[in-house]
Amino acid sequence: MTGSRRITYRDAVREALQEALRRDPRVFLMGEDVGRYGGSYGCSKGLLAEFGEARIRDTPLSESAFTGAGIGAALGGMRPIVEIMTVNFSLLALDQIVNSAATLRHMSGGQFSVPLVIRMATGAGRQLAAQHSHSLENWYAHVPGIKVVAPATVADARGMLWTALEDPDPVIIFEHAMLYNEEGDVPGGDSLTVPIDGAAIRRDGTDVSLITYGGSLKKVLAAADELAKEGISGEVIDLRSLRPLDERTILNSVEKTHRAVIVDEGWRSGSLAGEISARIMEGAFFALDWPVERVCSAEVPIPYARHLEIAATPQVPGIVSAVRRAMRR
Amino acid sequence: MSAPPDPRVHLDREHCLKLLRTMMLIRRFEERCAELYGEQKIRGFLHLYIGEEANAVGVMQALTPEDAIVATYREHGHALARGLPATEVMAEMYGKATGSSRGRGGSMHIFDATRRFYGGNAIVGGGLPLAVGLALADKLREKTPVTCCFFGEGAAAEGEFHESLNLAALWKLPVLFVCENNRYAMGTALERSESEPDFCRHAASYRIPAEAVDGMDVVAVEFAARRAAQAIRDGAGPQFLENRTYRFRAHSMFDAELYRDKAEVEAWKQRCPIKRFRSWLIETGVVHDNDVAALERDVEAEVEAAVAFAEQASWEPEADLTRDVLTTLTPGGRR
Amino acid sequence: MTDFRMPSLGADMEEGTLVEWLKQPGDQLHRGDIIAVVETQKGAIEIEVFHDGVLEKTHANPGTRLPVGTLLATIRGEGEAPGPPLPSAAPAELPRAPSPPPPRAIAPQPSARRKITPAALRRAIGDGLDIATLTPGPDGIIGLRELAQAPAPPKRRTGGINLDEMRKAIAAAMARSKREIPHYYVSSTIDMTPMVDWLSAENARRPAPDRILSAVPVIKACALALRKVPGLNGHFIDGRYVADDSVKMGVGIALHGGGLIAPALDGSDTMSLGDIMQRLSDLVARVRGGRLRSSELTDATVTLSNLGDESADTVLPVIYPPQVAIIGVGQIVERPWVVNGALTARKLATFTVAGDHRANDGRIAARFLKVLGQVLQTPEAL
Repeated sequence: MTGSRRITYRDAVREALQEALRRDPRVFLMGEDVGRYGGSYGCSKGLLAEFGEARIRDTPLSESAFTGAGIGAALGGMRPIVEIMTVNFSLLALDQIVNSAATLRHMSGGQFSVPLVIRMATGAGRQLAAQHSHSLENWYAHVPGIKVVAPATVADARGMLWTALEDPDPVIIFEHAMLYNEEGDVPGGDSLTVPIDGAAIRRDGTDVSLITYGGSLKKVLAAADELAKEGISGEVIDLRSLRPLDERTILNSVEKTHRAVIVDEGWRSGSLAGEISARIMEGAFFALDWPVERVCSAEVPIPYARHLEIAATPQVPGIVSAVRRAMRR
Repeated sequence: MSAPPDPRVHLDREHCLKLLRTMMLIRRFEERCAELYGEQKIRGFLHLYIGEEANAVGVMQALTPEDAIVATYREHGHALARGLPATEVMAEMYGKATGSSRGRGGSMHIFDATRRFYGGNAIVGGGLPLAVGLALADKLREKTPVTCCFFGEGAAAEGEFHESLNLAALWKLPVLFVCENNRYAMGTALERSESEPDFCRHAASYRIPAEAVDGMDVVAVEFAARRAAQAIRDGAGPQFLENRTYRFRAHSMFDAELYRDKAEVEAWKQRCPIKRFRSWLIETGVVHDNDVAALERDVEAEVEAAVAFAEQASWEPEADLTRDVLTTLTPGGRR
Repeated sequence: MTDFRMPSLGADMEEGTLVEWLKQPGDQLHRGDIIAVVETQKGAIEIEVFHDGVLEKTHANPGTRLPVGTLLATIRGEGEAPGPPLPSAAPAELPRAPSPPPPRAIAPQPSARRKITPAALRRAIGDGLDIATLTPGPDGIIGLRELAQAPAPPKRRTGGINLDEMRKAIAAAMARSKREIPHYYVSSTIDMTPMVDWLSAENARRPAPDRILSAVPVIKACALALRKVPGLNGHFIDGRYVADDSVKMGVGIALHGGGLIAPALDGSDTMSLGDIMQRLSDLVARVRGGRLRSSELTDATVTLSNLGDESADTVLPVIYPPQVAIIGVGQIVERPWVVNGALTARKLATFTVAGDHRANDGRIAARFLKVLGQVLQTPEAL
């Protein structure tokens, strides 16, 4: 076992793709501009040269067709990785994902499964305005028959892909666009894979459970640092898997802290935060010393102007004040 | 309602100066945008139209104020050619409250209801069904405007392209489809994304009359657009133009252009629509060097005025964050 | 002069590595010329200039990683003399966001119903606490914090005592006391011989069920002394001492298996010894049976901690908030003692007052002990 390395999230995704393509000849990558362009976020730069056009497939702008083709190829014995540039474009493939990928196993009476991995970028923060700033993870997490994960750390970005490929069912990986430049440690050695079915406690605490995922983890950790200066000990839970939800970790934490603040970049109405809040109500109601607090995006399409985009999405000061409310300070 | 435009192109001095000036305005406006982007005054994605100016400028000549326009995320040129003030467009790029979309949209989402400019759409192909619907509304209300829908050739790979063409033809809707074929869907070359790269044949398969046009020649574009618009006004149903053009710059700002040759870009730059039209006008004596110099000064002043306007414009107060999500109903104010 | 800086080519571009200069100082530059190549996460990108002029000076060397906005070169405009570059304008600041909308607080509302959090409710039920006796926080809500500050250690209603919970309650109350209350201690040894002698005579003539424990005259004597020396009987609330008219003596009662409850004997100063004895027996039975009334847990105005049974000579007790004093009583032991100049054997006990120095002073406690000593010399008057 050698020491850990410090790399960017983008490089972690690229290494994970490269490893998967090397390990399993059934794996191939397809999507818009994944080849010559190197991926719209640069995650597949250099892969075309190593693996060739058959396995690094540039597609036309045809999200429904190439996502559906990924489902078909998975049925046919391959292990496709479909990259959809961003979650907003995935809406053009929603039919294939929801009506085919998620249903085939069940409606065939267990005869067929769809070992497909779909990766897509998500989230706001770069002033891309209303059509390119969505967090729609909850839409997918709503649907039985698929698994939804959100690697929030570089190590998870590096380690989740292979686990997802080994999974016999469709797995959607959400990569928050603001994370690609983030640097972080990946462990040394050969075993970089990580499980995709459980939450991780990123910081231990006793006063309040801060529950989040994806691009908001960094903000939540920063808020926890700030709260520690006020003597408030926040326990930070990174959900990692959005479907299924690791209910046990959430409930155990709330039983200990008696307070929960959920930070979710999705809009509040119908959000994952709403689902988690309901689970806490069902499973830990009598542990609560304060109503579950939610920090979500404002109910507005994400505006272009910088100050409005910041105001529309969860930020550290908003998280800190939610925790203070929960602590009755 | 104003009279429909004359389907013929009258290349008098005044008209030629207008075409040239509008193309120059778009060019200078966007060069300035690129600079301002580097200075972080403009953020988000910035897709420049540089090289493609003849298309928006030529097509707009065939449209009346009653006609509707649906554009893409690369729509600064269409907005300016349609007559949106450069000040408001620039303020929008800055995200200011006086921008054409109150700073909510930015570069990719310029809208103007008074000019029936139904905006930039950042979802590739997303504007086509919208244009079909606008035309359907006009038809149902027995009005005669044309809905002009601009889109890139990348959109032709989307299902929405095919579904929209079929519907428009089936229902004989007054849509002018303008495919701006700049040969690259982001970084994917035409021949790598289309099994049939001749878009007129796609249109023909839906029985839509189609014509391929030199999108680097503003007069050719105007001529084709006038003919197509007239056919629509005469009740012939949807028409299709494939404007063969080229973007001189990257897809967006952050693009290393690994997918195309510098030599190819250089070759297309020789066909710059502004240079070509200007040289032709000078050679034929329609305009003179000093006319061009005057236009340059004029355009520069307009762009600088737009930048000054955007610089001093105010930001929308954060308290107004959630405005314009739904229509605010006033009692009796809406049917 | 114009500054040429590392441009930002996307919100996700934070820095670039200068690969090479394509122009050298002295070169003529035209708007649109490619001046340098910069390596980014997305590959090498050619960087253009936006101004005509002459490249005056380059400020960065190839191979260096530079954040967006770093000065790369200075460009001299046409007709400008060579010279130092002008300071560039500061980038436009976004308006400081006005303070965020006030947090959605659950405001305290006048309501007949008490607001108690589920966690506090669960704990209160588990501990057999009467919710009606709990004091809400300033926001009108009873949460775990208010429970932790509740005046009496908890116990379970169903006969048994939840010792874990009780330990937690004692821990919370005592920790709060030691954290918040500046304790002082004043002690005095009192001759208990008259009281002990009188009591054995008194008990000898009472039927067995009516006999009185030695704690009873001590309680009564303390209560009387507290009446005579005001200042130790009451509560410290909102930063000030609030005296109580009657003495409600909290009496520490140990539980089998550990734990401690100090319920209040209302009217300790006015009841007869026989009545006090009855009340005390009743309390002990009900404490051990888990059937205390909530008022008995919260009403005490002062506490007596009697560890005489346990052979302790001196007891230095901890005040039970919000009370302002507690009296510790050691065992009664026969010791040599000087009375009227002659050494003699007497039955002695050491009394210690722990006082809350925010509410009273050692002088008061000393006076109290003096009066108590006097009272105990005439037990028949009790």
